[in-house]
Amino acid sequence: MSKTQHSTRSIWRPGMVIGVVLMALLVLTAIIAPLFLTDAANELSENRALAPSSEHLLGTNDFGQDNLARVLVATRLTLVMTVLATLLSVAGGLVAGVAIWLAPAKVRQWCLRLLETAVAYPTLITALVIAAILLPGAGTAVIALGVAGMPGFARVTANLAQQVTNSEYFTTAKFLGVGPLRLATRHMIPGMAEPLLILSTTLFSSTLMEISALSFVGLGVQPPQYDLGSLLNDSLDALYTQPIEALGPAVMIILAAVGAMLIGDALAAHANPRTGRAWRRSRRGAKSAPANAQTDTALVRVEDLRVNYLSQGQPTELVHGIDLHIQPGEILGIVGESGSGKSLTAMSIAGLAADDLSVQARALTVAQLDMLGSPPAARLAQQIGIVYQDPGSTFTPSRTMGPQLTEVLRTHQGASRAQAREAIIQALGKVGITRPAARLRQYPHELSGGMRQRAMIASTLATGPALLIADEPTTALDVTVQIEVLRQFRRLREEYGTAILFISHDIGVVQELCDRVLVMRKGSIVEELSPQQISSRQVSHPYTRQLLDAVPVLRTGSGLVLNEEEGIRT
Amino acid sequence: MTTVGVTDPQLEPRRTRASLRQRTSHPWSAFLLRRLGGLVLSFVILVIVTFLIVPLLPGDPAVVAAGDGATVEQIESTRTALGLDQPFLAQFWQYVVGVFTLDMGDSFASGTTVTAAILARLPFTAEIALLAISCMLVIGVPLGMGTALLTRGGRRAWADHLFNGITSFIFAVPNYVLATLLIFVFAIRLGWFPASGAATLGSLVLPTAAVMIGPTCVIARIVRREAAGILEQDYVRTARGWRLSTWHVNSRYVLPNLLTTTLTLAGLLLAGMLGGTVVVETVFGWPGVGKGIVDAIISRDYPMIRATILLLGMLATVLVLVVDIILALIDPRNLKAGAE
Repeated sequence: MSKTQHSTRSIWRPGMVIGVVLMALLVLTAIIAPLFLTDAANELSENRALAPSSEHLLGTNDFGQDNLARVLVATRLTLVMTVLATLLSVAGGLVAGVAIWLAPAKVRQWCLRLLETAVAYPTLITALVIAAILLPGAGTAVIALGVAGMPGFARVTANLAQQVTNSEYFTTAKFLGVGPLRLATRHMIPGMAEPLLILSTTLFSSTLMEISALSFVGLGVQPPQYDLGSLLNDSLDALYTQPIEALGPAVMIILAAVGAMLIGDALAAHANPRTGRAWRRSRRGAKSAPANAQTDTALVRVEDLRVNYLSQGQPTELVHGIDLHIQPGEILGIVGESGSGKSLTAMSIAGLAADDLSVQARALTVAQLDMLGSPPAARLAQQIGIVYQDPGSTFTPSRTMGPQLTEVLRTHQGASRAQAREAIIQALGKVGITRPAARLRQYPHELSGGMRQRAMIASTLATGPALLIADEPTTALDVTVQIEVLRQFRRLREEYGTAILFISHDIGVVQELCDRVLVMRKGSIVEELSPQQISSRQVSHPYTRQLLDAVPVLRTGSGLVLNEEEGIRT
Repeated sequence: MTTVGVTDPQLEPRRTRASLRQRTSHPWSAFLLRRLGGLVLSFVILVIVTFLIVPLLPGDPAVVAAGDGATVEQIESTRTALGLDQPFLAQFWQYVVGVFTLDMGDSFASGTTVTAAILARLPFTAEIALLAISCMLVIGVPLGMGTALLTRGGRRAWADHLFNGITSFIFAVPNYVLATLLIFVFAIRLGWFPASGAATLGSLVLPTAAVMIGPTCVIARIVRREAAGILEQDYVRTARGWRLSTWHVNSRYVLPNLLTTTLTLAGLLLAGMLGGTVVVETVFGWPGVGKGIVDAIISRDYPMIRATILLLGMLATVLVLVVDIILALIDPRNLKAGAE
């Protein structure tokens, strides 16, 4: 058996250690205490309701029994009942879950829906039904919570089984003709074991609490037997006169619950390492000189832009001192493969770098706004429009298009609701969206990707920005839709004189649209080109040639040739 | 052994039928029909289960129901009261009719009708549950969202650890231990609130706190995790790109997207609180439905047991349905959930 190592971190982190130590102590107590302390715990004596002393550390109760001894002895019954009930839930849940998974689709759907409802039921109420039938007692408590825990376990088992069946390795194994028994033992069970183990730990913890709850309200263990829950209940009557009596059972229940919880959390964190990701704090480092007194006409001026990712205290430089400028009305393209730093550059210029990045530059201005300082929001919103890559996620799913598209107009330009609506309807019409008024009442998911992207362009159109930053705006779209969207960009520049910073990995698209093209690689600009240079392939840097060669080329007579491998060798 | 392909032959026709159905019927009516169907099914199961509580009693149900040391007359009167002298199906029919006419017999313990006994207790439980759920949302949601904002992008690791440690510890403390502690500190030592009963408005404070504190930690943790995820979403970046104020971004773009999860969870936690009230009401001697069911089980008051469990079960089912409907109202995409 190969051991899969999906996490390099040890499972023995502090939480796990504490949890295991706590549980070990409890188990030891449960084994040892009844051997030595049963007499002190059960024998009636004349030492009634004594205060704590060296002889009776937690005092005695109204019957002269030692409180500490009773708590330690009671731990055994509580743990035994919890273990049995948990085993019952796990066994029943596994059988039911697998049976449901094996059942025909129709039956499975119904069963899953029933389980869904059953899981929503408070387990204690299910347990009460059973306690009502079987009459209160320790055995009843075990059966009650064992049964009450089954639906939850069954549901998870059925869902996991489904997941494993749908997984690629399972389908592959099935396809290769692996027999059903081997399929179950080698693929099914190992695939489900880890999550089910975690669930069992959680179940143990909650069963312990619920069983004690049942005893606490008087429906679990009956006198003369006692467990932690019933001890806590006994202490309630004495809370005015002998509050120390409650301390033992309360602390013991908390220790058990916390111990089981810590183990469960540690197991879950180990299985899913993403939860404990260690991020470091970061801050925008504005060590720049004040925006210099350059009198040239550039709309965007970037000098020595450096972007650092701060991780584990050691900054990693992702963008290495870039210089660029964009004239009013100019369309500047940046091309490069993913990870070349082109999006980071664009978002830094927009002043929207992620929280864990630090942005530094000698100068970073857009329309006379110093992007390293904190320019007024209203001017920023009006001057810089942004169109993002994935139109599927750029709009919040919980609001209709109208309020989102008119956000800048209403918030920053003081337009009334009606004015903003009028403006956006006009803009939507311009980018070729049919029935614009109706679209405003629709949710983002009711529109197609191309429509959402055009709507985004329309919203920037309505505010008339000086600069539009387009970060891979056509990547997620079909080719025909791409062409239409590109046409909108060109119109935007022609009609409003908007400058555009166009980011793409597709050098063909960039060549079509842009006045100048910067080629970026590994955080640096390697070459600046004109569209003519690209179309006539007059490029000097080998990386640019690779990018060009990666574009499908139509060669006369030979059809469509994808020649990416050849290009790398040149 | 036959090699099984990836495509399931049953899949094709089913998909076509589903799409046909969707084209011909309005999504809301299909959704409500489906959900109401589920509700009716749950009720049927509940009625059957609660009915079976008595026939399933070990041995002679009448003897068990009448309790230890009952005289022959007492046993026989119990038998008549529970209808155990009649044929099985007649008993069931009588029970079903009783459920629909809200006539579920007389409570053994109080002598009044079961309906009256429960109606007298219901307001007390409703008071605690509604107050607890409101406090839970009012405290838990801002707490979770605030932590997410404080620690976004990995800042302030100490706040993260503090929040995790405190919420998971408090959540691990069961409500009855919490209740005992609350009584000791606030009723006995400080004397601020009464330890039991429902005499004054102050009596509400401790039971509500005991019911609410655990679920508040749950909701705060979930809200925090969800909010952290939402803060990394593209649409939040879009909203920041529109240079909206932090308040505006959080209230219009982050919070609404949290509501789906929060409300789902709140509804389920409210259903879970029905169990919590059972324990807490018993500790505080609060005269609600939860204490009623415990007393009924101890005194073997079967008509009362049946009716109370039926009621609690129905409440839990209806809560789940209400959550689903709210979800569909907030985000119409949920209309299709569970359609296949």
